[in-house]
Amino acid sequence: MRENKSALIAMSGGVDSSMAAYFMLKNGYHCEGTTMRLYRNEDIGRCGFRTCCSQRDIDDASEVAFQLDMPYEVLDFTMDFRQQIMEKFIRIYEDGGTPNPCIDCNRYMKFDKLLKFAQKKNLNYVVTGHYARIERDAETGRYLLKKALDDTKDQSYALYTMTQNQLAHTLFPLGGLRKKEVRELAERLHFVNARKHDSQDICFVPHGDYTKFMEEYTGRRYPSGDFLDEKGTIIGRHTGAVRYTIGQRKGLGLNMGEAVYVCEKSMKDNTVTVGPESALYTKNLIAEDMNWISFETLKKPKEFQAKTRYRQSEQKATVFPLTNGQVRVAFHIPQRAITPGQALVLYDGDMVVGGGTIVTAFT
Amino acid sequence: MIYLDYSANTPVAPEVLERFLQVERAFMGNPNSSHSAGLAAQAEMAKVTEKMAQLLGVSPGEIIYTSGASEANNLAIKGIARSARHVGRHIISTPLEHSSVSGCLTALQEQGYEIDLVDIERDGTVNLNELKDLLRKDTILVAICGVDSELGCIQPISEISEILKEYPNCCLHVDATQAVGKTNISFSGIDTMCFTGHKFYGLNGCGVLLKRKNLIIEPLIHGGTSTTIYRSGTPALALAAATQTALEMALKEQSHRYEVVQDLHRKLRKELESYPNVRLNSPKNGVPHILNLSVQGVKGTVFQRSLDEQGVCVSVKSACSAEGQPSRAVLAVSQDRKNALSSWRLSLSHLTTEEEIQEFLRAFDRCYTMLTGR
Repeated sequence: MRENKSALIAMSGGVDSSMAAYFMLKNGYHCEGTTMRLYRNEDIGRCGFRTCCSQRDIDDASEVAFQLDMPYEVLDFTMDFRQQIMEKFIRIYEDGGTPNPCIDCNRYMKFDKLLKFAQKKNLNYVVTGHYARIERDAETGRYLLKKALDDTKDQSYALYTMTQNQLAHTLFPLGGLRKKEVRELAERLHFVNARKHDSQDICFVPHGDYTKFMEEYTGRRYPSGDFLDEKGTIIGRHTGAVRYTIGQRKGLGLNMGEAVYVCEKSMKDNTVTVGPESALYTKNLIAEDMNWISFETLKKPKEFQAKTRYRQSEQKATVFPLTNGQVRVAFHIPQRAITPGQALVLYDGDMVVGGGTIVTAFT
Repeated sequence: MIYLDYSANTPVAPEVLERFLQVERAFMGNPNSSHSAGLAAQAEMAKVTEKMAQLLGVSPGEIIYTSGASEANNLAIKGIARSARHVGRHIISTPLEHSSVSGCLTALQEQGYEIDLVDIERDGTVNLNELKDLLRKDTILVAICGVDSELGCIQPISEISEILKEYPNCCLHVDATQAVGKTNISFSGIDTMCFTGHKFYGLNGCGVLLKRKNLIIEPLIHGGTSTTIYRSGTPALALAAATQTALEMALKEQSHRYEVVQDLHRKLRKELESYPNVRLNSPKNGVPHILNLSVQGVKGTVFQRSLDEQGVCVSVKSACSAEGQPSRAVLAVSQDRKNALSSWRLSLSHLTTEEEIQEFLRAFDRCYTMLTGR
């Protein structure tokens, strides 16, 4: 059977996905572009009359699609985004964790809803501008997710939830390129977004003030409470436990004579426990909702490289399978500020073995 | 500033504004109240409506006031669809419709109605033979604009009405928002028709739906009888009066206004045609008030922004209806996606001056050179 060379390009309005579209067209694929509208100004507590930043992204994407003479449309995913991303984000913070909504957006929006949309349109692949590579293991037949060649831009961490079916129908044309070359080529092609800077914040929390976003979204106020030291003694007042994240030092407003860090939060008692940096280090964690990529499932303990946050170098660890899809990860040396809600991603060389969500950390 | 977006909104005529103020000051009562202040307002409302009916050649009972043409389109389309749901669920419309029509149809489609869009010819008029083919026993509505807002094509409404005579279950709704005051559209042979005064120098916030006597539709807004059982709410007496004045003026001055606009249109067409990359999308037999064009290779939004920087206001198809996608109307007449994405619209008024046209042409020339590199 001839390969179905057709693709739906997920265009964020940024330079990477625009260039992904360019490469796919150059490689002879029939391409259609789309941008997912994920939220409107009203959803993030802004006035509806202001130009939404997501509208600017849509304008840029449609401009590039026009230049490439590629059909383009905007898909309204705002309802699903509210339910599956924004509300989960709030729930995890309120439960004392630190969510990673970009991973959920990849999981539920790009590689689920969007892939379904592509298939409905008889387009064989979803294409994004992610820096990562997909390869097929000749022996096992499994699709493998690998790090980008440009390891300064590698985004494989945020893609660990991808299933075999999703990997089979996804292409990352930038995985083998360097960001610098991508930008330079975009400039030569006069793309409007060639110089647009990379997104940093969470898209629906433009200035990083997630508590404000949550208060506006839920209509709740997060009450102030007590700071405790390691012995449980009250040492000050905090402005709402959701505002703090494990390992945080700045903005605590405590004068302890020495640097202190957020070590623990109790949402039930609305307390935040601080301590010296040494108290942040733990050797073990439990992760749940594991997705395995390079094999079906983990049957016995095995050593991998592990990451507990996006910007962290990999650490040696032994992974023990537990019941109901959980694992225990024992690091060979203690790790700083392992945070519930964040993703655990396991690597074997440049290959993503699998990953899950961190539930708890302990020594 | 050179304003060339009169199909979106017109400036209010001084006489209209004066009438609004006068009525607003003179009547404090709610026309639905039974005391003397209310009765006085009600009497005035009746007078305004009678006069309006006279101007339109309809009976006063056929007039329903709404908040605008969008609401009127919604009321007619959803109202007919709901009340006829046991007769059938098939609706025919065109790719030229305003988003307040196409949006209703999408909503109805989600509720299980079947929507067919009839093809249009290269001159923008509906393909009558295809319309005949699409019509079925369970077709309950044909919704079509008298004049479309993007290209200015005039539709053969009386011929369509003639065709529909063989289908007694099928209503004809005409969105006459761009037609009233510009063409001699009449309500005869039509079941529902809507317009709004702010397209002909009236005030925003008031629309009119004409509904043939004896046609039952389900209201959108419930809440007791007002001037009609089909639309509740306190009647906006002064707005209705202002609309009536605007309509009166528009009809009285129609041929004069038309000639002025036609003259400007011809000049524009001639000048713009001389640019090799310009494609005029509006058909020659449309209304002169609208001139839709594409500058090949330049997105409509980009050209519009560039003209705006030069102080000229024109419009591109609103991004609201089907985002990022080309104008369905221009796509339908040109069959060219890229051309449709490059399209934008000039709309003229009898208030537009020769000087403004000249200045627009100079600004156009600068933008053209800058954006096409020619």
